[in-house]
Amino acid sequence: MDFQWSVIWEALPNLLQGARLTILIAAVGLAGGLTLGALAGMVRTYGPNSLDWLARGYILLIRGTPLVVQVMFIYFALPILAGVRIDGLTAAILSIIINSGAYVAEIVRGSLLSIPKGLQEAGLAMGLPFSKVLRLIIGPLAFRRMIPALGNQCITSLKDTSLFIVIGVGELTRQGQEIMAENYRAVEIWTAVAVIYLLILTAMAYGLKYIEKRMPIL
Amino acid sequence: MSMVEFKQVVKSFGPLTVLDKVDLSIEPGEVVVIIGPSGSGKSTLLRCINALETIQDGDILVDGRSVRGGKEEIHQIRLEAGMVFQQFNLFPQMTALENVMFGPINARGMKKAEARELALKILTKVGLETKAGHSPAQLSGGQQQRVAIARALAIRPALMLFDEPTSALDPELRHEVLKVMRDLAAENMTMVVVTHEIEFARQVGSRLIFMEGGKIVHDGNPVELLGNPPSSRLKDFLQHVH
Ligand SMILES: Nc1ncnc2c1ncn2[C@@H]1O[C@H](COP(=O)(O)OP(=O)(O)OP(=O)(O)O)[C@@H](O)[C@H]1O
Ligand SMILES: [Mg+2]
Repeated sequence: MDFQWSVIWEALPNLLQGARLTILIAAVGLAGGLTLGALAGMVRTYGPNSLDWLARGYILLIRGTPLVVQVMFIYFALPILAGVRIDGLTAAILSIIINSGAYVAEIVRGSLLSIPKGLQEAGLAMGLPFSKVLRLIIGPLAFRRMIPALGNQCITSLKDTSLFIVIGVGELTRQGQEIMAENYRAVEIWTAVAVIYLLILTAMAYGLKYIEKRMPIL
Repeated sequence: MSMVEFKQVVKSFGPLTVLDKVDLSIEPGEVVVIIGPSGSGKSTLLRCINALETIQDGDILVDGRSVRGGKEEIHQIRLEAGMVFQQFNLFPQMTALENVMFGPINARGMKKAEARELALKILTKVGLETKAGHSPAQLSGGQQQRVAIARALAIRPALMLFDEPTSALDPELRHEVLKVMRDLAAENMTMVVVTHEIEFARQVGSRLIFMEGGKIVHDGNPVELLGNPPSSRLKDFLQHVH
């Protein structure tokens, strides 16, 4: 077969459009997921029993079901149950928030627990309230230990956005699919799609490496 | 008023009673050295004083404030009682200076510049002014423990609690920590020291307490107790630590 570069040039504007949406979904979704996960992780580690049960239930539900099912539920089932119409992009972002949050929660919990108890006691013993001990001593130390695992989660979540093809959100994979349906140039299109993903994820990996270097584990 | 007063204090971990109706009162300026076999409750007794452990019965008053008196009382008690741990527990993400400034700024609400000045003064006092910019990982064990003492002193406590401050150190590094503690004692700081350093107890202690099984078995003058142990248990114990 002959590889036609012109097919790629023609498809590029649409593919880049898709890539932008992919990055948007991942960025907003992960910002929310990191926040939700940090909260759930702290609740799991330090919270009262009642809240802990809630967090456990959430984590069990999310880790126990596939992402595709989660987004289908949010996009198709939730409107019926709650009577609100959710557009595809919102459903996609919401899915990433809720999904990554559950994994982040466990990362956060593990890191918090890995900080030596003595540091917490040293902070408490000098008269700090626990909230300050967490914010000023344990939190920053635990964060450094989370970076590699959080990095993994960011990479996973970015790739997970390709599943939103099922609800018709025009992210990168969906764009590739639609272009290919018109011109049948599978080799060119999927090569281009793969290369764009690779570029985004490589940039992300370098960013993470940089952060890790700036904030080494102590 | 006593600096510390234990009244029939009971502390248990589940079914295990670790402090068994302990009565004890410590006056300002005393240097109380606590010795006893492993598991006898020495650390627990110390940690109950600043409410790092909660007690099940009885009461402890620190400068008149009860450890059972709620958040604000506990906050005041902790400002009043500095604590030094066996494992130093310095904050690894901060320099020596930042470690010492941390309490004044965050627990006392002191301005940064003022805290820096105070921290440098105290670091000088423990002989570490040249190490102010070093991180804990760049310091020897003895230096780390002296920074930890400086950190505790920086909140301007009226009472210092030491839990085996030299036990994690090589023998040749112990004396530099013990010297700082001697200096403190000479300044009339009230101190409660859990340690196996019998010489320190003899020379610096104004009072020696021997604990066993969650009870205070002997409480008296260090020179007398060490020179002439009143029980075979203490005699045995001293033979083992020597
Ligand atoms: N957090 C805890 N949970 C359960 N048991 C504990 C806890 N802390 C201490 N203990 C138990 O309480 C008893 C007294 O402990 P403590 O640490 O006060 O002894 P110690 O005299 O300081 O001993 P050592 O010389 O080994 O430091 C021990 O039997 C110990 O196992
Ligand atoms: Mg102990």
